[in-house]
This record gives sequence, C-alpha cells and structure tokens, in this order.
Amino acid sequence: MKVIDDAVIENVSILAKLELSEDEKVQAKLDMEKMLEYIDQLDELDTEGIEPVIHIFPMENVFREDVVTNGDMREMILANAPEEKSGMFVVPQTFA
Amino acid sequence: MTKEYEIVIGLEVHVELATKTKIFCGCSTAFGGAPNTHTCPVCTGMPGTLPVLNRQVVEYAIAVGLATNCSITQYCKFDRKNYFYPDNPQNYQISQLYLPVCRNGYVEIETAEDNMTKECSNGLYGVQEGERNRKRIGIHEIHMEEDAGKLIHDETEGSSLVDYNRSGVPLIEIVSEPDMRSADEVIAYLEKLRTTIQYLGASDCKLQEGSMRADVNISVREKGAAGLGTRTEMKNLNSFHAIRHAIEGESARQIGLIESGEKIVQETRRWDEQKGMSYTMRSKEDAQDYRYFPDPDLVPVHISEEWIGQIRAKQPELREAKMARYKETFGIPDYDIRIITDSKHMADLFETTVALGAQPKKVSNWLMGEALRILKEREEDAEAIRFSPAHLATLIALVDQKAITTTVAKEIFEVMFTEDIDPSVYAEEKGLKTVHDESALRRTVEQVIADNPQSVADYRGGKEKAIGYLVGQTMKAMKGKADPESVKRLLVELL
Repeated sequence: MKVIDDAVIENVSILAKLELSEDEKVQAKLDMEKMLEYIDQLDELDTEGIEPVIHIFPMENVFREDVVTNGDMREMILANAPEEKSGMFVVPQTFA
Repeated sequence: MTKEYEIVIGLEVHVELATKTKIFCGCSTAFGGAPNTHTCPVCTGMPGTLPVLNRQVVEYAIAVGLATNCSITQYCKFDRKNYFYPDNPQNYQISQLYLPVCRNGYVEIETAEDNMTKECSNGLYGVQEGERNRKRIGIHEIHMEEDAGKLIHDETEGSSLVDYNRSGVPLIEIVSEPDMRSADEVIAYLEKLRTTIQYLGASDCKLQEGSMRADVNISVREKGAAGLGTRTEMKNLNSFHAIRHAIEGESARQIGLIESGEKIVQETRRWDEQKGMSYTMRSKEDAQDYRYFPDPDLVPVHISEEWIGQIRAKQPELREAKMARYKETFGIPDYDIRIITDSKHMADLFETTVALGAQPKKVSNWLMGEALRILKEREEDAEAIRFSPAHLATLIALVDQKAITTTVAKEIFEVMFTEDIDPSVYAEEKGLKTVHDESALRRTVEQVIADNPQSVADYRGGKEKAIGYLVGQTMKAMKGKADPESVKRLLVELL
C-alpha cells in the first residue's frame, strides 16, 4: 500500500492552490489513504489478456463540421465576470 | 575554453491551424475581432458544456503527419492537462498525452556545408550533396490541442485583462527529437516545417503573428559524450533572429556554468530579445505536475486506413517535388527555383503564367527582380502578391512583341503590382506603346543630332561610346516609347 506522507499532502495542496490547516492536513491524509485502499482492490483482479479501455462509452468519431455556428455573445459571456473592463475579464495582475 | 562542447537542441513547435472555427465549438477563429466577441460557453470553460471535435482539425493534423513521414495513431484520444492560469478558463487544456495523433516521423533539412554535423541521435546520418548538406531531423510526435486566451496587462491598475477570442483555436504541437546541433539547423528545420505546412494549406505559419511558435530545448555536452546534459527550455521566441540569439546566448551561459563548476538547473527561461538575455520564468517552488488524465467529454478518434488514404490522395505537390519538377521542366537556375518555391503562392503564380505561354526564365526574372524588390520596399511577403498571372503573361508578351520597352514595362509592372491592371489596356490608354512609326522616330533623331553637336563631334572623332548618350537623349525625347535598337540603327545611319 502507498503511503501518504506530509510531503505528498504539501505537494497536492500546492497543486490545488489550497491552504490547509493542521487539522485539515490530518483529515486529508486519512481520506487519501482510504481512497488508495479502495483503488488498490482493483489490483486483485486478473487483467491478463484484456485490452485496455480507451473510453467507457462504446462510441467513437463524434465530430462537428468546420462551420461557424456561433455569433457574438460577448454580453452573455461577460455577464459571468465578477469584474469587466473594455469588453474583457478583469483578473489580478499576472506575469506573462 | 579548454574543452570542446556540442549544443544539443530539440524543438516544440506550435502551429495554429487554418480552420474557420475553433477546435471544440462553432466560434470563429478570425483574427482581430473585438475582445471576447468570438467566445461561447465552451471556449470560456463554463460548467456543464460539452466540447465537440472539429473534423477539419484531425484532417489537417493527419495531412501534416503524412507530409512529415509520421505514422498515424489509428486510435487516438484527448487528455486534460491541468494548470491554473487566467488565460486558461477551464483550468485545464485539452491536449493529447498518451495517444498523440502522429508519431515517429522525420523531415530532411539542408544547410550550408560548414555548419553541419553529420551524426544525429536517431542513428541516421546526413548525406552531403553538392554544396549543401542534408540531414534528417526526427519528429517524436504531433498532437492536437487548444490554444489559450490572451492576457492584456493593465499595469497602471495592478490588474490584467483577458480576451478569450483565441481560447480554443486549434493548434498542433510538433515535438522534434533532440537532433539539432546549431542555430542554422534549427532555422532550416523551422523553414522546412513552415513551407511544408503552408503548401498543405494547414496554416499560414507566421512567427511574428504567433501562428507559428517555437520553444527551444537546449543542453550542452562535451563533444563525443554519450549522454545528454541538463536542458533548459526557452520561451518567447517570435523571430528567426531571436531564436538564433537565444541559442547562442543560452549555450554560452550553460558552458560558462560548466566551466566554473556550477550546476545547470532544469528550468523554463524567457528570452528578452531587446536585452539579449534570458530570465528564469518559473521558480522551483512552482510544482510542475500537470496531472494528465483522459478527457471524459471527448470520445476516441478512430482514423481508418480509408480515411488516411483519402487525405493522402488529396495531398498537394510539396516543395521538394515541385523543385525537382521545375528543374526538369523549366530549365531555370536552382537559385530561382529555390526562391520561387519558397512560397506556394509565388510558385502557383509562376506556373500559371508559364502555362499562359510566357517563357519560364522571363517569368522568373519578373518575380525575382521587380516583384521581390517591391515586396521588400513594402515589407511584405510573397503571400501579399495580388496581380493575376494573365496580366503578367500579357506584360511579358508586350515586351516580346516590342510593343513596349523594358523601361516602360517596369513602370507598368509597378502599377499592375498595386492595382492589377491589364497591361495592354493600360499601355494603350496611357499612350505608352512603342512608336514604330519610322518617320516620327527619324524626326526625333534628327532633332537630337542637331541639339547635341559635341556628342556628334565626339562620335565622328572616333569615340564610339558617345552614341550611347545620343540613344539615351532620343529615348528621353520619345518618353521611353521607342525601341532602343531602332534608335541606334537610325543614329548610325544618319551620322
């Protein structure tokens, strides 16, 4: 069984941009260990000679043709922005 | 420097495809729209939306793969690459990690002799041919993905603005093997990709406008060493100049570190072309883990042999084949062939004009001389040529028939270049056709002789060159509308 140590919790919280309290870290560690235990059950199955599944739906090749179907819906799109300026979304200053 | 070093370079090239719509929604990809006017819930990452793949994206990707000798992955699929950045509204980019559409290809490049190293990592060897060297550059894979939006920096207010018009524009990323050893080879490789993709019509590949972008992975090692050194990735390279400078600058920086016993850190660096140096772009604290996983919203793509066959059948003649055919058919110099075929647009123009009956070398001379001169003056590329091949053929015919002089033809060409006028009609309207009326010409020549006693005396005194001046004066008096040979013949006769 894989071990979730403090370094893993630290790394995952950086990736998820979450700041966890000490209590939350303990809880997260327990939760993640439980998840891994659950997933580990799959190792008990014999998958010898079984083709890997690419997608769970028995479908392929769902395409659209290259035709413009959308018009200008800026107003609707920007209605979701917490803040807007000159027709654009305002976000905290970002280094390019 | 006591040791000899070798630079090892691999490239990741992003190319914006020439589709009318985005990769997963029906928004227009047209450049230059007002901010966020080409957006919808899909390409702004609204929850609950469903992306649907644009068939043309797959076709372009396959076409590029076939042209670069790749094998096509017959079952391919899309994965999510997770990262947080405001230009990426979904917080993940839909890309291909596990089953990219094309794999294991190569292109052949040519560089001038001295700059070429023969050996490359995939065990292939360059073949020397004439004064140029040929070498294969391996292509590891080509995958399809979506572009991000654009951030506009609003520095005065401590905020940035986001325009998602570019979000979801289809890209292919072409990942090379680390087979290049110099800036010359890198540029030859990029030129090769550019012409190939332009010929296919899959993209306009403009570095300056961002429809072709290159990230350069560089490492150095002692010459003859087996393993690879620690590499850095250089971003923000939007011209061939910047790419050359960045390769020179970064390899020197890495050699400097090795020489002074320091370690090279594997990192992404940003090139500042103005300052001529690079900066660390991502600090070590930034965890680099994209946590790729299959995108459940998109079903797999099955590319049948039949589909590949259809695309193969539609492939246009590519540059190398065209160059070989020109050499065989048109009898024009290699230099001309190289320049004309550099742009498919110019090559098409050349061929159509020749098909209309013009002599190939004459067509080539107009394109390579006047057309390129005007393009250079206007800082435009060959794609900007708008005049019709029929008009160029007419112009050449008029000169052949001595209906206009070369000087007049050049004047007409300039007008034709801008306004695509019919040279025949234009010459008639403006009275530019050569005067073949012998008596009118004779009167002018007599007048020139009368007006230039000194030159006449020089000529009669044995200075044969003086006649050139008299020809020039006659041509000027005729406003260029006389046949210089007839003028000379008349002058000799009258003197």
